[in-house]
Order: sequence, then structure tokens, then C-alpha cells
Amino acid sequence: MKRKWFDWRNIYLWLVFLVLYAPIFYLIFYSFNAGTTMTRFSGFSWQHYAELFADTRMIEIVLDTLLIALLSSLIATIIGMLGALAIYGIKKVWLKNSILSLNNILMVSPDVIIGASFLIFFTFLGLRLGFSSVLLSHIAFSIPIVVLMVLPRLNEMNHSLIDAATDLGATNVQVLTRVIFPFITPGILTGFFMAFTYSLDDFAVTFFVTGNGFETLSVEIYARARQGISLEVNALSALMFLFSLLLIGGYYFIEQYNNSKKARRRNRMGAKLIK
Amino acid sequence: MKKYNTFYSVPYVLWLLLFVIAPLVLIVYQSFFNINGQLTLSNYREYFGSGTYLRMTFNSIWYAFIITAVTLLISYPTAYWLSQTRHKQLWLLLIILPTWINLLLKAYAFIGIFSQAGAANHFFEFIGIGPQQILFTKGSFILVAAYIEIPFMILPIFNAIDELNPSLVNASRDLGATNWQTFSKVIFPLTLDGVKAGVQAVFIPSLSLFMLTRLIGGNKVITLGTAIEEHFLVTQNWGMGSTIGVVLIVAMVVIMFATGERKKKGGQRR
Repeated sequence: MKRKWFDWRNIYLWLVFLVLYAPIFYLIFYSFNAGTTMTRFSGFSWQHYAELFADTRMIEIVLDTLLIALLSSLIATIIGMLGALAIYGIKKVWLKNSILSLNNILMVSPDVIIGASFLIFFTFLGLRLGFSSVLLSHIAFSIPIVVLMVLPRLNEMNHSLIDAATDLGATNVQVLTRVIFPFITPGILTGFFMAFTYSLDDFAVTFFVTGNGFETLSVEIYARARQGISLEVNALSALMFLFSLLLIGGYYFIEQYNNSKKARRRNRMGAKLIK
Repeated sequence: MKKYNTFYSVPYVLWLLLFVIAPLVLIVYQSFFNINGQLTLSNYREYFGSGTYLRMTFNSIWYAFIITAVTLLISYPTAYWLSQTRHKQLWLLLIILPTWINLLLKAYAFIGIFSQAGAANHFFEFIGIGPQQILFTKGSFILVAAYIEIPFMILPIFNAIDELNPSLVNASRDLGATNWQTFSKVIFPLTLDGVKAGVQAVFIPSLSLFMLTRLIGGNKVITLGTAIEEHFLVTQNWGMGSTIGVVLIVAMVVIMFATGERKKKGGQRR
């Protein structure tokens, strides 16, 4: 189906893109405003970026947010990977399916429910709200996504690879580190990545379990947005937009790497078959 | 590998017990306590007895319905035409990109755009309507919620359309169906699963969005999520908050069954 550039369907698509991106660029545009409002542009200036970098409280919050995201995604990746291996090993279909349904509960639950139920849970345990409660919650809601990213890779794996390794005298640990791990690494990386972005983006769950002393970026932006416009937030959003672009770039790099590896493997196998 | 399986599963099973099952049990348990910590059914009695909570629930469902409908109306054509473009994966990536921007920042952008002297009012002045109060209205809440949810609706629909076998569409055209017939009798029914997945991905969060009702809706709209947040963090009435939470969980399960399970049965019938 050939289509002219000015086709009305294309115009519709362009409109959707415009609507999707306009607010983001609106934010970034006003971060360079010399004035202090998001409505009248009175000249170009870096002053709000200077303010942002001088704001030690904000920088501390950014670092805390990154720390939480890194730690939670790392731990969630380890637990999720082990979980995927455990689920993979289950032979009974009903058990596998019910564990998978349990796994998905936190994926489909509204944030408010997760936040509220975790708040009750932490209070019940007597855990002080703050860094640790936020970290635990982020680990908890990131685990299922890691499982969902790793499990398909495990299922894709040819089981005769494991059998061959065992027949050739590999120990269980060797099978795990030399055969299974290399194969599921792409799934693990994607899972880690998703967990990281989940943690960075989360607002509702953190808002419930954060208590008074500890804040993440989303909670801070919420607090500031309730007070009205502050162009420092705009400057921050511009930087975060750049950071998301970098993350997406990284994600695509991983995907490309996986694909090319897959292709290379296929080529190699093809070459062997020809021989 | 048996021995190792139990070893792998320890942390994962602990997670399942502590962070999936325990919180769910606790929220149900908490819903039977009133604000003074007495075991009672009064929360449920109040919820279903007084009109306030039922009206709030109905309103919340109604708004979620409108948001889902608006999102679907915008997303279906987008997904459909997107799947016909040449570099469709690239375009899809561009649709998904805004979801990586923090939700709060997007809401914050609309505070600027919809404000008294913001871009939207400039536009209204330009076309001669004159400035309006946009921020803190129900309309602005629906618009911003739809804006945020659009990519989550486009994605599953796009995947469904992308998987559609083009020869079915060609066959219907060859057999003399009009464009509209091809769409309504072939394309739409075959992509219904994508639509259902999209509805599921949009409807449930729309019931529970609470920061938008505060930042954009100016508390004119109270969703189930807002009510839960209010009870937990403002009035500290955890029992009532949990009761609303239980209602939200039930609503979620109903929606999941309505949009998910039928897939298998319908597949058999077909």
C-alpha cells in the first residue's frame, strides 16, 4: 500500500505524536525561561539549572532515588532469577500455573492497593518507615517483572543442552553457570532494566510507605507541584528526559546485542550444518 | 537437580509469602477493624449503607469508563494506521518513549499548560472563545488521565493488529466486502483481544489514580484511589481505607475475568 506523505491518516498520526510530546517539550522549553512562570517566556537563561545544582536537598533526593533504584533492581533481579529457575523446575502444571498467577498479582494490582497493603504490613511488623521500607517495597514490586522476563528465555532453552552437559559430567553448579546462565543473560538484563525503570518511576507505592524522613524524586515533585510552579522542577524534568533517552538507548543496545548474538549463533549453527 | 530447586526457591517463596500473600491477607483483615481498633463489620455496613461511598464508587467507575473510552477512541486508529507505516517499530518506540517520563512530571506539565495564562488559554483566546478555567475541572482530569494512558492502550492493540494475518483482510476485500465491512467483521473482531488487554491496562489504573485528582482535578473528582489515600494518610482511618481497598480488589478481579478469561472460551467457540 503506497501512501502519500500528506495522507490524512498520516496527519492523524502526526497529531497524536504532537499531543504526546507537546507537554514534555513545553516543560523543557520553559526550563530555559529567564522569568519564573511557565506561561510567559521572557528570555533564555540557565539560571534554573544553576539553582537546581545549588540545591543540595534536591541533589540528595536524586542520589537517594538512584540508590534505591539500583539496589532494589539488583536484589529483585537475583531473587526473580532464582524464582524463574524454581518455576522452570516445577513439573506439575497446576502448581506452575498457580505460582505464576500469584507472581502476577503485584503486576496487575493498582499501585494504591500495593502501597496501602505494604503500609499495613510494615506497621504490623513494626518496621520504621523510611529508606528500608521503600527499598523493600521496590524490591517486592520489581520481582515479578524479572520473573516474566527470564522465564520465557528458560522455556526457549533446549533441554538437551542441559542433558548433554550432565552426560558429559558437569556438576549442577557447572550446568547452572556454564549452560543456563549464558543462555538466560539477555532475559536477566532486560529484567534488571525494567526493574530499574519501575523503581525510578514509582510514585504511589513510595508515597504510602515513605514516612516523613525519606523522600524519592517522585514524592518530592508531587510535593512541589502541589505548591505551584517552580521552574527548578522544569530544569529537573529536562535532565530526567535526557536520562530516559540514555536508558532507552542502553535498552536498545542490549536488545541489539541479544539479537546479533542470536543471529551469530544461528549462522554458526548453519555453517556447521553445511559442513 | 531436585536439591538445587529447593535452594533456588527459598527467597522467591519467601517473597511470595511475605509480599504477595501477607499484605493481601492483612488488607482484608484490617478492613474488619474500625478506627478505634475494634473488630466489627461496621466499615462494610457504612460502605454499603451510606449513599456517600456508593456514589463515590459509582462516580469513580464512571470516570474510569469515560477515560477508557476516550483512550480507546484515540488509540485504535493510531495503532491501526501505525501498523501500516513503513518503519512501524521505530514509530512504536516513539509512542512508548513518553511512558518513560515520570508520571508526576507529565501531570506537572499540564498544570502549566492548563493554567490561567497557559498555552491552552492562549489558544482559546486566539480562536476567540476567551480564557476559560481549565485546571481543576473534571474535564481536565479526564484529558490528562487519557493522555497518560494512551500508550498503554496503543501497545496491545498494535500487537494484535500486527499479528493479524493480512491474507484474511485481502480475502474479505476479494469477496466484495466494503472497507467498513472488512473493518467491523474481520479486523475488529480479530483484534478484540488486544482491545481487551488495553482496556484492562487502562481501566484499573484509572480507578486508582490519586495524584491526578489532586494536582489536575482539584479534588473535584474522587476516585477509589483518592479515597484510599485519604483514609490511610490523612484521616488515618485504615479500616475504612482497607474496606475500599477490598472493593477495589474485587472490582479488579471482575474486570480481569470480564476481559481476560473469555478469550479461551471464545476461542473454543470459534
